[in-house]
Amino acid sequence: MGWTRKDLLAIRDLDASEILLLIDTAASLQEIAGREIKKVPALRGKTIVNLFYENSTRTRTSFEIAGKWLSADVVNFSASGSSASKGESFIDTAKNIAAMSPDVVVVRHSSAGAAAMLARALPCSIVNAGDGAHEHPTQALLDLLTIREHKGSFEGLSVAIVGDIAHSRVARSNIHGMRKLGMSVTVAGPPTVIPPFIQEMGVKVAYRLEDAIRDVDVIMMLRLQHERMTNGLIPSLREYSRYWGLTLDKLRAQARPDVLIMHPGPVNRGIELSPELADGPYSVILDQVAKGVAVRMGVLFLLAGSKGGAQA
Amino acid sequence: MTPESRLREKAQVLDDTALDRALTRIAHEILERNGGAKDLALVGLRTRGVTLARRLAAKLVAIDGTTVPVGTLDITLYRDDLDMRGAPVIRGTDIPFSIKDKTVVLVDDVLFTGRTIRAALDALIDLGRPGMIQLAILIDRGHRELPIRPDYIGKNLPTSKRESVAVRLREHDGEDRVVIEEPEEA
Repeated sequence: MGWTRKDLLAIRDLDASEILLLIDTAASLQEIAGREIKKVPALRGKTIVNLFYENSTRTRTSFEIAGKWLSADVVNFSASGSSASKGESFIDTAKNIAAMSPDVVVVRHSSAGAAAMLARALPCSIVNAGDGAHEHPTQALLDLLTIREHKGSFEGLSVAIVGDIAHSRVARSNIHGMRKLGMSVTVAGPPTVIPPFIQEMGVKVAYRLEDAIRDVDVIMMLRLQHERMTNGLIPSLREYSRYWGLTLDKLRAQARPDVLIMHPGPVNRGIELSPELADGPYSVILDQVAKGVAVRMGVLFLLAGSKGGAQA
Repeated sequence: MTPESRLREKAQVLDDTALDRALTRIAHEILERNGGAKDLALVGLRTRGVTLARRLAAKLVAIDGTTVPVGTLDITLYRDDLDMRGAPVIRGTDIPFSIKDKTVVLVDDVLFTGRTIRAALDALIDLGRPGMIQLAILIDRGHRELPIRPDYIGKNLPTSKRESVAVRLREHDGEDRVVIEEPEEA
């Protein structure tokens, strides 16, 4: 029933009832964003450290605002300009920060498993804010909350996730979450960025954009992960955009009129998504960002706000 | 939380007619004290306080003809015992009107230590600056730990600390009844 975990590392670890508890908690916290005084005392006296080894604007800011609206003290640490650039190892840096008794450490790192390693090494709660191409659980939770608010429920919905599936932690977290909640998922993209055996995760694969988006309820477009890609996976950005970029014409030809277009950001306008779609009525991209703060408030509250969390 | 001990019913305090009469009297008292229902708002505390607030609002319409807005307050984020409990479930606050300069009547089923009302006052004031806050309670069972006193009381009920008071309402429990419960002897 209640939340019992010390950490939030991966959607794969959770069962459906835990995912729903996180989403329900976030949904209840959304009204705080509409208040004149955006602050509640729930996490007064708690300390949250954002430990970011990868660039991030949206996620770090979102966690920072979430912590501050809950009255926690939020400290940001980024690898550039810190002891990490003087040669200190990741685990040493983390242990030094843990010695200052934070209640929650939010970590982003380019290596899969970084958050899980910290969770074993440190006594405080760890939130995975993205580890390599592994998982990004709070992104999946905010995507799921957005879908539920627009579609009413999860059961029976169909989703197409389009783009660089192989390098996407967002896709992986979402696939786990969507499958556990009874949605059907199709992944699509150039064959070089579709991992072999992805069907083992319970998804269908499409190799044409038109096939993937036909009659689905939700289309999730992904960014090409330049920073995680080696050369030679796609011939050119222009070709990718031509075959895999979503435009109003392709949408009108194949998709349902009430389809939702989602994107975890940052959007490369004109490559995976045409500007008129990114800003158009199908798009819920900025709604996703707004819900991100509520989701992170919910996660921080459940981890730090009760005895089941940090001080266990 | 303490392990759940089994409770058995010790005595009935209010039946459905008495409960309804108490609410009718509170509704009249609210109108009398405030000279009508102008600038009045009812805010119920989750869960049963909300139901009682809705019933009071219906009575105010019947008596005075004025429709009074009803809001829902969740005080979980304002509790002073978050560290002592398991992870609580947040169900959310929903007050779809401005409380600025209004006379807000907080409504809850049972008043005990007063800590819930302390949290509710903080939660309410974070949403705006009401002109006045009053407190309506169905059962006042004593044992206050804070200087809090209700303005409207359905029934004063002296209890011992080991007993508990259960307010059962049709909307949640299928019956309108208030009972005192005590732990079963082991």
